[in-house]
Amino acid sequence: MTQAPAPTALALALERWEPVIGLEVHAQLRTRSKMFCGCRADYVGLAPNHNTCPTCLGLPGALPVANLEAIRQTVLTGLALQSRIAEHSKFDRKNYFYPDLPKGYQISQFDLPLCVGGWLEFDVAGAQRAARITRVHLEEDAGKLVHAGEIHHAGFSFVDLNRAGVPLMEIVGEPDLRSPTEARAYLVALRQLLLYLGVNDGNMEEGSLRCDANISLRPRGADTLGVRTEVKNLNSFRILQRALEHEVVRQAAALEAGRPLAPETRGWSEAEAATVSQRSKEEADDYRYFPDPDLPPIRLGRDEVEALRARLPELPRARALRLRQMHGLSDAEARALTERPGEALYFEQVVAAGAPAALAAGWQLNELAGLCQRAHRTVETSGLAPDQLARLLVLVGARTVSGATAKALLAEAIETGQDPARLVDERGLRQLSDEEQLTDQVDRAIAAAPRAAQDFQAGNDRALSALVGAVMAATGGRADARRVDALLRRRLPREGGG
Amino acid sequence: MSWLLRPLTEQARALRSGEVTSAGLIEEALRRIAHLDGRVGAFLRLTPDTARAAAAAADQRRARDGAAAPDLCGIPVGVKDVLCVEGVETTAGSRILRGFVPPYTATAVRRLTEAGAVLVGHCNCDEFAMGSSTENSAHRVTHNPHGLDRVPGGSSGGSAAAVAAGLVTCSLGTDTGGSIRQPAALCGVVGFKPTYGRVSRYGLIAFASSLDQVGPFTRTVGDCALVYRAIAGHDPRDATSSRRDVEDPLPGLAGGVEGLRLGVPREYVEAGLEEGVRRAFEAACDRLAAQGARLEPVSIPSTRFALAAYYVIAPAEASSNLARMDGLRFGPGAPAAATVREAYDRARHDGFGPEVRRRIMLGTYALSSGYYDAYYRRAQQVRTLVAADLARVFEEVDAILAPTSPTVAFPIGSRVADPLAMYQSDVLTVPFSLAGVPAISVPIDQADGLPVGLQVAAPAFADARCLRVAAALEAVQGVAEPPPLARERVA
Repeated sequence: MTQAPAPTALALALERWEPVIGLEVHAQLRTRSKMFCGCRADYVGLAPNHNTCPTCLGLPGALPVANLEAIRQTVLTGLALQSRIAEHSKFDRKNYFYPDLPKGYQISQFDLPLCVGGWLEFDVAGAQRAARITRVHLEEDAGKLVHAGEIHHAGFSFVDLNRAGVPLMEIVGEPDLRSPTEARAYLVALRQLLLYLGVNDGNMEEGSLRCDANISLRPRGADTLGVRTEVKNLNSFRILQRALEHEVVRQAAALEAGRPLAPETRGWSEAEAATVSQRSKEEADDYRYFPDPDLPPIRLGRDEVEALRARLPELPRARALRLRQMHGLSDAEARALTERPGEALYFEQVVAAGAPAALAAGWQLNELAGLCQRAHRTVETSGLAPDQLARLLVLVGARTVSGATAKALLAEAIETGQDPARLVDERGLRQLSDEEQLTDQVDRAIAAAPRAAQDFQAGNDRALSALVGAVMAATGGRADARRVDALLRRRLPREGGG
Repeated sequence: MSWLLRPLTEQARALRSGEVTSAGLIEEALRRIAHLDGRVGAFLRLTPDTARAAAAAADQRRARDGAAAPDLCGIPVGVKDVLCVEGVETTAGSRILRGFVPPYTATAVRRLTEAGAVLVGHCNCDEFAMGSSTENSAHRVTHNPHGLDRVPGGSSGGSAAAVAAGLVTCSLGTDTGGSIRQPAALCGVVGFKPTYGRVSRYGLIAFASSLDQVGPFTRTVGDCALVYRAIAGHDPRDATSSRRDVEDPLPGLAGGVEGLRLGVPREYVEAGLEEGVRRAFEAACDRLAAQGARLEPVSIPSTRFALAAYYVIAPAEASSNLARMDGLRFGPGAPAAATVREAYDRARHDGFGPEVRRRIMLGTYALSSGYYDAYYRRAQQVRTLVAADLARVFEEVDAILAPTSPTVAFPIGSRVADPLAMYQSDVLTVPFSLAGVPAISVPIDQADGLPVGLQVAAPAFADARCLRVAAALEAVQGVAEPPPLARERVA
């Protein structure tokens, strides 16, 4: 068993060796039905094998019919990645036997994928990078096996074909990534893009977005390529980075010890915190690809592609730029708000409903985000409508409600689903801003604590805090603390006009 | 003479007039099967109960709708064992599908039953439609009603023999490289392979998807047009089925051949035809010429490569299509196997017969990396050439005439040990399959007491023209006589 690489080992390895990394990302498309039949594409939570039909069960005589929306979503992704969209494309059969593959072949795309080339931009440590895309193609997902025990010793296994035939888009990247950190940033950016396009739900935990990585090392300064390892099932950003870091250390150790590396497929073992060999790639797989005779070739007209281009939403980088320019947000704020399309949309809706942009950004990112995280929700599912937040923030901006009150109300709104601005009125929580009332309260506080007043005037600042606290307590927190402060100072002038 | 030996059109008239009932026709079919099929072996399994219920429903429909009821309403039909029928075991003539009861009905079959046709049972065939004699069936041998020691042809031999013996009025078969036309010729009935894409393949257990096509067996060309019209048309469940409108073949059926240019490919006449076949074919050509057709010699140079290309492409597709027969979800499987690998190996070794195993191996080889270019890609290039050759010929002529089979029905067992000799049976039918064009076989004569068939091929989607030329030939020479066996008195 290999230990998790110590950071120093990684740093040492990276000093001498340059990783060459390329990612293959599989994304389940968000269509209503499966790729080649009418079963639901969303199979989560259904009883095993209840989301199946003769076609996705691979029964004799059943035929596939291609899901046009899946083709459109793939082309849309290709357009967002600046790929060339193929005028002529087709489906091929990838032949192999496995119990989760009911037909004995997977319908995929071999030599004429829907999208070829392109690139993805991403940020690493504040710097902008880009990696080339090899291709984007469309295929069908396989079913799932549930083993009775550990796979190699299980007495039997169950086959669940609910997932079989779900549209799966594969995005193959060029080996342009040069560190585990870059690989992670690439995947973050790709996931963000897919979410913006609405073609994938980004759920790596449930496997609707999956990642495999190819990695090899070469001496720094060299332009040769080393022996590469394919690491499979890297199904979170953390695992992707850790597995690649582990590979860097493992491969560097082997190379430095003069042990030749063999091409192989490895997987990440959480228990061992290491990648472990799954199978050697000595004998090449022969999938006997050939064009699927059940499916006519795909021809995409220029008009169709242009219609899809028009369907492209504003993409994350463009949106972040616009938020900065239109709303004067900082780079960090704009980036944070555009991480997910729902987040950015919510922000813009809050602003459109009248909230000051700076306030909206701050409150959404600091207060609301924290509350949502604790409640395991997102801003969209928080139960707080954008216009409700906007009304509350207008009150905050006008100092009608204190920040403290607003925070408390926000927490309550998330918990109970009530409208916070309405609570302000219902509970009479508008700040006391009437000069006379406030002055009256300040005088009473001084009268009740003459000692504190003297102390302050004698130079003890903390004594003033006690007086402010007394006013706040007396007004049930509704007083504007800063104005109370100012009024107290006016009432209790210090020597020398201080 | 039994109603079942008369044309479908006559049966339909009698049903309409009340002279017979569907219930009566079905009982007659069941009686004839009981009496004759022990010797013929056309059927694998019968569904008498559902057939009787369907006949009763058809009689009610005729009583209700009168003349508006479709011609097929109440007519007994058989379907090849590769066509799925909901709730009825369908095995493709194979052990590996024993016990497989499809939860759906093939579109072509459904269109027949929706027209009121009554399914009597599944007809025997070569396993997964691979063969030219029906001897590759895992279940039984089918005998040619014209000579019980002879094969009925294949792979749709059971469907052809069932119509020839008058066990049913018509039947459905499938044609991949000649599997409708060749048995039709050998059994002396009409068999039609429509244009690829004209009839849905949904529910047809695939052999070679780019070639498979469903089509009818009937006693007359007119009957064939009726059944074709009922099953043809777009099906959203089959992505390769055409959206083009179906041309109704009936209005022009009696149009004759006067002025039509009919091409006779030199390569076909030069092929090793039996003398009796050659004589019958030339006589039929002369009759058509006498009817005013202009017969023209044409050339299809790629013909000589077509068979080789076919025997690469079809097994290649089959090797993939048959991968789903893994014994895990249906079929007997290999429950005692200790590993998944062993389960696959045993289920497939025990489940498939030798010819199917041979073709899976051929096809797997042809698709393997390193051989793909030399075999599969090259075969596809030949296929393109064949289609181009035919397209060129069809610029000069309206239809092509050719013998259907180089020989009459051969003795059972005579070619089993020699697969290449068996493959040669398809040499005259395969080019039209590769090109996807429609082709029909009509009985023209007998040689040595056995039927000879002639093929009419037309351009893609000119199915109606195919039928029209065939009808003209039938008109001048008469409908072929049923074999003596079929004319036996049935108690």
